Amino acid sequence: MQPPSVSDRMDPAQAPPLEVGASSDLIVAENVSAGYREKVVWENASFSFGRGEFVAVIGPNGAGKTTLFRMLLGLQPPIRGSIRILGAEPRRGNMRIGYVPQRHIIDAETNVESQELVRLGLSGNRWGFNPFSHWDREAADKALEAVGGTEIARRPLGVLSGGELQRIFLAEALVSNPDVLLLDEPLSNLDIRRETELLHLVNDVVRKRRVTALLIAHNINPLLPHLDKVMYIANGRVATGTPGEVLTSKSLTALYGIQVEVLRDPHGNVAIIGVEEHHGSGRVD
Amino acid sequence: MSSFFSINLNPVVDLQEMWKYQFMQHAFEAGTLIALIAGVTGYFVVLRRSAFTAHAFSEIGFAGAAFSILVNVPPIAGLLGGSISGGLAIAALGRRATNRDTQIGIVLAFSLGLGLLFISLYAGYETEAYSILFGEILGISAGAVSLTVVASVLLLGVTALIYRPLLFASLDEDVAEAKGMPMFWLGIVFMVIVAVAVSFAVQVTGVLLIFSLMVTPAATAQYVARRPQRAIILSVVIAVIAVWSGLFIAFFTPYPVSFFITAEVFGLYLVVRLVHLGRGPAHLHRKGEQPTEEELAA
Repeated sequence: MQPPSVSDRMDPAQAPPLEVGASSDLIVAENVSAGYREKVVWENASFSFGRGEFVAVIGPNGAGKTTLFRMLLGLQPPIRGSIRILGAEPRRGNMRIGYVPQRHIIDAETNVESQELVRLGLSGNRWGFNPFSHWDREAADKALEAVGGTEIARRPLGVLSGGELQRIFLAEALVSNPDVLLLDEPLSNLDIRRETELLHLVNDVVRKRRVTALLIAHNINPLLPHLDKVMYIANGRVATGTPGEVLTSKSLTALYGIQVEVLRDPHGNVAIIGVEEHHGSGRVD
Repeated sequence: MSSFFSINLNPVVDLQEMWKYQFMQHAFEAGTLIALIAGVTGYFVVLRRSAFTAHAFSEIGFAGAAFSILVNVPPIAGLLGGSISGGLAIAALGRRATNRDTQIGIVLAFSLGLGLLFISLYAGYETEAYSILFGEILGISAGAVSLTVVASVLLLGVTALIYRPLLFASLDEDVAEAKGMPMFWLGIVFMVIVAVAVSFAVQVTGVLLIFSLMVTPAATAQYVARRPQRAIILSVVIAVIAVWSGLFIAFFTPYPVSFFITAEVFGLYLVVRLVHLGRGPAHLHRKGEQPTEEELAA
């Protein structure tokens, strides 16, 4: 059942297609409870995501969205249940997972070329003092090109705008040619235009590279045109499915445990009514 | 100290004159090595915004050095002991500990106080306190030079070994952690590197002027160069030139070496800031602007 291992030195263009187990699911969770010893944030969730799926992870602050990412990255074990990612237990340092953490700001005085960060995304874990190899540089150039970041590659990190930084972070995550992409609130601090641009970019990457992308967001609407699945975490529970399955009054009422209405406008945007007072309370007593 | 030497304004004659004296040879040897390690480690200190931590190390080292004098062992032993234990404590507190300005400041103040107590117990030898606080490179012994060689080789070797993961962790802690970098150990090793570099640099600049070698050259270099390796080289060049010319000028004048080093790096920093005034760090590269030669050569 072990997938062929992909050396992180392999040329991205020649990476073989991966088959994981009998199904093509890259992420499989069974009866997982998440949190820390003293505090469970959500429990008993089962879900699976296949190759090339674009998944939005939404829910109130503190519901355990980032906790999900930390478990997939092997930074934190589940309290109960099992998680498999790319056919194996999550482990730290998996080069086949690209990760964009939630960030607040980069210090305006960080006068380091943006492309350095992208190159580090590929070989920053290599010991010893040596300049970046030709291969490192080329892979970074390709990743920057893929996110439309070639023009900002030589600008210092400290002067980039929020949208430009997100492109660089995305290139840093893509440079190792990952099969799974975890994006933690990449849309925060972006205006509507940059938000739309970045989402098109992520969608492009998902479709062209057949990457499975999980994206944490606060507002589901800008994502709806692109999504395959939604993972809605609230009230200590998780609902997963297509947007049409999850974003209904019935499903969210069951999730929150109180009456919730999902309204749709003519463009397909949703408004979720009745949950405002529950924001920030995604816990189980 | 006052100067007994008069300058000829012929550099060759002046250098010959200066290097006739063994204490000047030792000062140049140790000073060059210390400028090298301070320039390299200073780059990471500035990049990681750990300047205050580095300063705290030197003052914890002051207490150690003062204690060493009291019990009659070489001050470098106390400097190393004090600053390394301070570094280990801060690293053990966790990854965000270097940002704990308040706690570090509290320990720093107590260390200075302890140092003052030890110095006063030593009864009257204020020159010792003075040289720890403000540096005394001209009194460095042959043995101390050898020790500086050993420390420099070790320090540069370890820094070279962890160079890329350390750079990655300094720029992007969360991703470096997810990529499997041992963040805790990197933090420990980095803190020990800074503690050792600070302990040796104190011999040149003194506890209170430690920034002039550990921070100002690297900050100036980072303002000019956007590639880490270039910035490190530039940082070293600035530190070495400051030490050399500081020693040279001090030899022919009655004023202390550390003053000249401090004044030179500060002057250079000012010049760099003024030249870049209104342009931001390292000439922001805007759309339509011609790439510089450096960029084309990349």
